[in-house]
Amino acid sequence: MAILEFGLDFWNPIVCITAFLVLIAGIYPLRSRGQKKYKKGTAQTQIFLSGEEPPGVEQRHIKAHNIYWGFFQTLKGYYDPTVKAHTGIINDYIIWFTAIAAATAAILFIVG
Amino acid sequence: MTQGAPFNVPFLAVAALIGIAFYIILSQRNLIKLVMGLGILASGVNLFLVTLGYREGGVAPIYTHAPIERMVLPVPQALTLTSIVIAVATLALMLSMVVHIYRHTGSIDSEESRTMKG
Amino acid sequence: MDKLITHSPILIIAIPLLVAFLTPLISRANEKARDVLVITTLAFVEFLVIVLARDIYANGIHIYTLGASSPTLTIPEQYMVPVRIILEVDAMSIFMCIIWATVSLAAGIYSLSFMKEETGRDRFYTLLLLMVVGTFGMMLTGDLFNLFVFLEISSIAGGALAAFRIRFADAVEGGFKYIIISSVGALMVLFAIGIFYAQYNLLNIAALAQVIQYTMLDKIALTLLVTAFVMKTGVVPLHMWFPDTYTVAPASITAMLVISSHACMYALFRICFSLYGVTLNTATVGWIIIILGVLSMFVGVTMAVPQIDIKRLMSYHAISQLGYMWLGVGVGLAVLGNPEALATYGREAISGGIFHILNHAVYKPLLFLTGGALFYRTGTRDLNKMGGLGHSMKLTSIFFIIGALSISGIPPFNGFASKIMIYESVYRLNPILAIIAMLVSIITLASFTKAFQSAFMGQELPAYKEVKEVPKSMIIGMGIPTAGIIFFSLFPGLIVDWVVYPAADALINQAAYINAVMGG
Repeated sequence: MAILEFGLDFWNPIVCITAFLVLIAGIYPLRSRGQKKYKKGTAQTQIFLSGEEPPGVEQRHIKAHNIYWGFFQTLKGYYDPTVKAHTGIINDYIIWFTAIAAATAAILFIVG
Repeated sequence: MTQGAPFNVPFLAVAALIGIAFYIILSQRNLIKLVMGLGILASGVNLFLVTLGYREGGVAPIYTHAPIERMVLPVPQALTLTSIVIAVATLALMLSMVVHIYRHTGSIDSEESRTMKG
Repeated sequence: MDKLITHSPILIIAIPLLVAFLTPLISRANEKARDVLVITTLAFVEFLVIVLARDIYANGIHIYTLGASSPTLTIPEQYMVPVRIILEVDAMSIFMCIIWATVSLAAGIYSLSFMKEETGRDRFYTLLLLMVVGTFGMMLTGDLFNLFVFLEISSIAGGALAAFRIRFADAVEGGFKYIIISSVGALMVLFAIGIFYAQYNLLNIAALAQVIQYTMLDKIALTLLVTAFVMKTGVVPLHMWFPDTYTVAPASITAMLVISSHACMYALFRICFSLYGVTLNTATVGWIIIILGVLSMFVGVTMAVPQIDIKRLMSYHAISQLGYMWLGVGVGLAVLGNPEALATYGREAISGGIFHILNHAVYKPLLFLTGGALFYRTGTRDLNKMGGLGHSMKLTSIFFIIGALSISGIPPFNGFASKIMIYESVYRLNPILAIIAMLVSIITLASFTKAFQSAFMGQELPAYKEVKEVPKSMIIGMGIPTAGIIFFSLFPGLIVDWVVYPAADALINQAAYINAVMGG
């Protein structure tokens, strides 16, 4: 019932879940023993910024438009024209429709 | 359609209407003109539906008190009526949305009244 | 009970239509009664769909002729072709209907508390039921003009619902763009139907499939139909209206609009597989659909990563996941004329695409509903302003994690099951397609990690100190898709053998579709 058979392969999610649970059962007791020198609530759990004052919560939280900035810098050549092509103008949407209809008609007449 | 017309004038009219309608929709920035362009497109497609039912020398497809001769096709006329009704509803809805867009953004230019892009 | 099964196709369309027009009358009397009536109607329609589904899986294609003396009298005496509107329900249609009935029930329950502060809620429920009717009609019909009429009904209702909150400027703009796009598309579909009628004098899909030849005019009709339906579905490069509309609609309506666009995809499958069949040049049309699918996957997900509005991010992901479905079914269409390849990997590809429709219809509404839950509690959709909400909205964050892992195709969730079917079968046609598909999965996970970190992780912000969990009916509305995800993750073989393979076989088997109406 759980096994999905397609073509010559199969996928069994029960095996995947069982393997995951076995791993957790092996790892969790080891990790939960903890460290002997750990004391909660002292300077060990505070943020350490080489001695400086950590800023407030709102400034510490990384904003959404800053995440993945390296990815965007690298792919600037792809992103700049693509984002610019997404104007909000409704006329442009119909221009794309006409262009794709014309291209499909051309392909169907010439090839098939 | 007269006997001496060299081309199929109604089909040429359909092509002209649809061409003009697409030109309006593609190039006019004023939202009300855009809605007018859609109305012309609806008219063009409706004219196409009625024209394709024409049979040479046919009369209106009504059986009561009519001589039984060749009749034009009645089914496309039914399709056209449905399409006209749908077009009325759609145009009314679109125009009311244009009114709301004007109230919010103060402009009915499709480039200046947009709030979302990218 | 037999009578109920025989008449169920028309009841599925007629009962919500009747209740839609009763809703404003009952609202005048009592608001609670209206809520109960709407939810009861949606639940009853779900019951009818399940009953009809069991009948179809046991007995084959189900025909219903409107206005005939008996529902199976498709061709009256002295006639050669069907003249009435025929509802023809096969395994693929009922598959889409099951999805739509469940999603609209979940969205209806969710709307009970999500729309509580809005005025004009009687019109909201009327339009919701009209959209339910329109989409069911598209999925159940066997007649081309009927398809056009229901397409227009669902477009108008959907557009009005998307623009429902007229106090927001972008909501009206999103609804306006949806109506313009739908109108242009539907008028082109009507033009194509006119071309078919002019050539063959037939509107019924099965009757037309028997006599169609692939003339020049048929090619024009195919172009118009393909372009109009892919535009309504949201395929790159015709997708730009899609995020605008799906962001601004109320969250439950977005979930329903996603499935409504799947219905347009189903309509195109019906046209390519059951109307044209092997008369068209399957390699060309198949490759056009494959290229459009790959473009949708890639551009959809890469445009999703820079978004800072959470629902806009999810709309771009919807475009990307639709690309997977187009890819799977496009590969199947490309090898439709080649029986050996069809049996080896074509059927698997179509099944993978169809199974992905099912999975997408389960996790995508869940994600949109969690986005709506975030908007409901914080009043904003901007990810820049959110943070640390995982502390107070624990259940919502768990639902979000399940949805995000499922959409990225991480084992053991159901997204992985359908994606591996697509990867394996598409690889045999061309390896590059499978590689692009896997790359897109990884970027999907990346963008959901970004959304999760921005919204839920981090310390609690002082601005959101009083934020609590969302109300109970919204939790139930989100719980229904989650239960679906867990069930499909644990038992994919069951679902695929019972529901997906019959649907794929029904698409491939054009002869059975024709014979059900034309009588063999």
